[in-house]
Amino acid sequence: MTKKADNPAIDPFEAALGVSDVKGRSPWQDAWHRLLKNRAAVYSAFIMAAMFLMVVFGPMLISWESDFTDWDYTSSAPGFASGHWLGTDAVGRDLLVRTLEGGRISLMVGLVATIVSLLIGISYGATAGYFGGAVDRIMMRIVDIIYALPFMFFVILLMVVFGRHIVLIFVAIGAINWLDMARIVRGQTLGLKNTEFVEAAKACGVSDWDIIRRHIIPNLLGVVIVYVTLTIPQVILVESFLSFLGLGVQEPMSSWGALVSDGAQDMESAPWTLIVPSVFLTVTLYCFNFIGDGLRDALDPKDHF
Amino acid sequence: MNDRVMRVQDLAVHFKLREGGLMRSKTHTVKAVDGVSFDLDAGETLGIVGESGCGKSTLARALLALVKPCRGRVLWLGEDLNKLDDEALRKKRLDMQIVFQDPLAALNPRMTVRDIIAEPLWTFFPKIARVQVDERVRGVMKMVGLLPNQINRFPHEFSAGQCQRIGIARALVLNPKLVVCDEPVSALDVSIQAQIVNLLKDLQKKLNLSLVFIAHDLSVVKHISDRVMVMYLGRAMELSHRDSLYRQPLHPYTSALIKAVPVPDPKLARAAGETGLTGDMPSPLNPPSGCVFHSRCPFSIKRCQIEVPALRRMESGDWVACHRAEELDLTIGKSG
Amino acid sequence: MPLLEIKDLDVGFDTPEGEVHAVNNLNFSIEAGDTLALVGESGSGKTQSVMGILGLLAENGHVTGQALFKGKDMLQMSTAELNQHRGNEIAMIFQDPMTSLNPYLPIDRQMIEVIVHHKGMKKAEAVAQAVEILRAVHIPDPERIIRQFPHELSGGMRQKVMVAMGLLGEPELLIADEPTAALDVTVQVQVTRLMSALREKSNTAIILISHDLGIVAGLCDRVLVMYAGEAVECGSVNQIYYDPKHPYTQGLLKSVPRLDQPEDGGLETIAGNPPNLLALPGGCKFRDRCPSAFDACSEKPPMQLDEDRHAFRCFLGAEE
Repeated sequence: MTKKADNPAIDPFEAALGVSDVKGRSPWQDAWHRLLKNRAAVYSAFIMAAMFLMVVFGPMLISWESDFTDWDYTSSAPGFASGHWLGTDAVGRDLLVRTLEGGRISLMVGLVATIVSLLIGISYGATAGYFGGAVDRIMMRIVDIIYALPFMFFVILLMVVFGRHIVLIFVAIGAINWLDMARIVRGQTLGLKNTEFVEAAKACGVSDWDIIRRHIIPNLLGVVIVYVTLTIPQVILVESFLSFLGLGVQEPMSSWGALVSDGAQDMESAPWTLIVPSVFLTVTLYCFNFIGDGLRDALDPKDHF
Repeated sequence: MNDRVMRVQDLAVHFKLREGGLMRSKTHTVKAVDGVSFDLDAGETLGIVGESGCGKSTLARALLALVKPCRGRVLWLGEDLNKLDDEALRKKRLDMQIVFQDPLAALNPRMTVRDIIAEPLWTFFPKIARVQVDERVRGVMKMVGLLPNQINRFPHEFSAGQCQRIGIARALVLNPKLVVCDEPVSALDVSIQAQIVNLLKDLQKKLNLSLVFIAHDLSVVKHISDRVMVMYLGRAMELSHRDSLYRQPLHPYTSALIKAVPVPDPKLARAAGETGLTGDMPSPLNPPSGCVFHSRCPFSIKRCQIEVPALRRMESGDWVACHRAEELDLTIGKSG
Repeated sequence: MPLLEIKDLDVGFDTPEGEVHAVNNLNFSIEAGDTLALVGESGSGKTQSVMGILGLLAENGHVTGQALFKGKDMLQMSTAELNQHRGNEIAMIFQDPMTSLNPYLPIDRQMIEVIVHHKGMKKAEAVAQAVEILRAVHIPDPERIIRQFPHELSGGMRQKVMVAMGLLGEPELLIADEPTAALDVTVQVQVTRLMSALREKSNTAIILISHDLGIVAGLCDRVLVMYAGEAVECGSVNQIYYDPKHPYTQGLLKSVPRLDQPEDGGLETIAGNPPNLLALPGGCKFRDRCPSAFDACSEKPPMQLDEDRHAFRCFLGAEE
């Protein structure tokens, strides 16, 4: 009889009934912990945070105005003596201030265009994927048609009709970028809507809208977030490309792309005018890519035992 | 003795498959379920058995009006579910719930156990107080053998067996009259399988539930069902009371299925005879003519290739769809 | 000398949550022509032990111990040496045939690869032999089937092709990981019959990994029961089924629903849930679920061996 006597594990159920609630660990928290273990992603996140602070507050702390022309120091090399730490351009404007202000534009384009494409892409893609059938076919054909428009032609057309304006850049990039997002979201939705938990929700009469909101969107957010971190650098690059071609922001405003474009012209006489904005641009692109990789590993762990 | 809750009459679900390019597409029709009829009483368990691709899962969904039938009727307490408008149908869903095969896939990984189990409550009673929901959820969790203090946890923190209990809790939270279980134990380990079967059995007795229990495993079905329906390629082959089905099956397919069940006993397993079945199930895209089973049936005659046998009632009160049911004696354990 | 002898096998995985001990201190051996079953529930380590032996672990896995195949330690072999044995002397059949067949190659190309590569057979000759073996596994119209692609075959057909492929090289050891789990019962019977027939023909040793005690009963000579990465009982099929010593084996056998057993009164079960491999209890791993656990179980019970090579890891039964 000693066998069963003092084994509390025999009926853990009764024993544990009085115990207070256990806190759960959501998949998001799990992913967060995995992300924190990814050094490259964490360092990149710190660098990006620093970059944001610098870009937002830096110009306020530096005594130079971005459009101030310092005739004493045109095309001066970086150094502390002149007070222009990172040098000046051909017309004597402080390169540090200009790069930081250019960063505002570049990052803003990246974020705003991505957010716009995110909102349109998710609602469009989830609707098409969830309802399927004719709705899906028509909606995705529209995407295909817009996709087929040549991007540069579209941008030039906008410029010609409305003139060069920064808002147009947001519009142009946003109008193209949501297409990819919509396709990705639609693909994910097609997979999710056949899962048993969605079927279970249908079986107990949950409305379509609630199913999309509660069951579909939270489960495709992981993929979307990864995609967003890879879209931001892509958008920044597109803006730089447009600026490089002279279709982007207009003087005196500038962006990293515009600065690189200016710098490229003085590459031989004043290489720093090319190097400084290029370094900022490259570091940003690298960081976003590392963060994206880290997020993908964290949100979609394949070797999860 | 009991009230009839569900009556299924000549139910058929056909899927159209399109094949080929834009211009010349061919449509195939898959007769996933083709003319199934049965009745279900309150508190009764109907087992539905068949191999993969026999249409049992589609039937489960058609019973709950999750897929539209192309023919036939599902009467729930006398009302045809497919004639109701959306809102009226939604109200009916209060009474009927489903439990799925893959316990983890059936639970939204981003929701807590509380939210998963409470979802039907919020859906039907949006104004209900949070305290009441909590109380009900904890009650149901206790009923299915889950610790109520786990209410804030997420599905991935539970084992497969516990996840299936969560699925059952969600199905029971509204006090339904009918629960359709679509292979609820197929994905579980043996020891956990037994726990879940016992749980369903207990709950059924306690709550006077009607159960439709779908499985491919005849031995599991035997332990829970009052009557058993055997399906093959979308058709009902036999619908019998449990005891007579396992002792004296009427259809050659039933008897082959029974003989194919592996016995966990070395001596019996080695002494077992042939099932008489060869080959695979034919493609549902291109089912055999006449009796769909004739291509694998050891007793098939010419008539079986031409004429589709109707499901007919035998003297014993059991139903069978076989031309030769009277002449065949398929008693189990007789010929070994 | 046994064909394959496993000594002190440990398999572990590094995960973000910590190290998972999938297999602990596993020992077994198999003679030529023997059939051994590794039985256990999911997470018991039955598949991972074999994967460890064959060098097929996931990237985050590691294995220690010895796996002597004909006296040579497979764990010390280079990949090139392992490949000499894998597919040739040792063949494997996996649970899901679709993942182990290349969808872009017709069946014949995949089947003859083994014999053309290892045995240096001519292509036409190899195809003829492949057709022969497909006929032997009761595949209708093998000349046509062999030119088809995997997706054109049904699940049962694919699994039969896998079995035929495994047997084509006449391996000395066939490792079958749940070969019938994805199949319908009527096809299951056909596949197991086939395996035992071909074993008799070519004296192949078979390691069958399965959770299905019914299939094991019909096919195997010896059975090794695993729980939470450990062997808990090992003996002949008759010893395991008619005289199980370990409470887990007893519980497992009782919880299998059977057709030849009265259906009223519910099924016997094993209480509780399978253990979390990240936080295994000390002592006997089964004690939390064991109906007859007592104080001593907080110590790890040693493997006991009774007279007829019947081994079990439990304090009970020793006193008898």
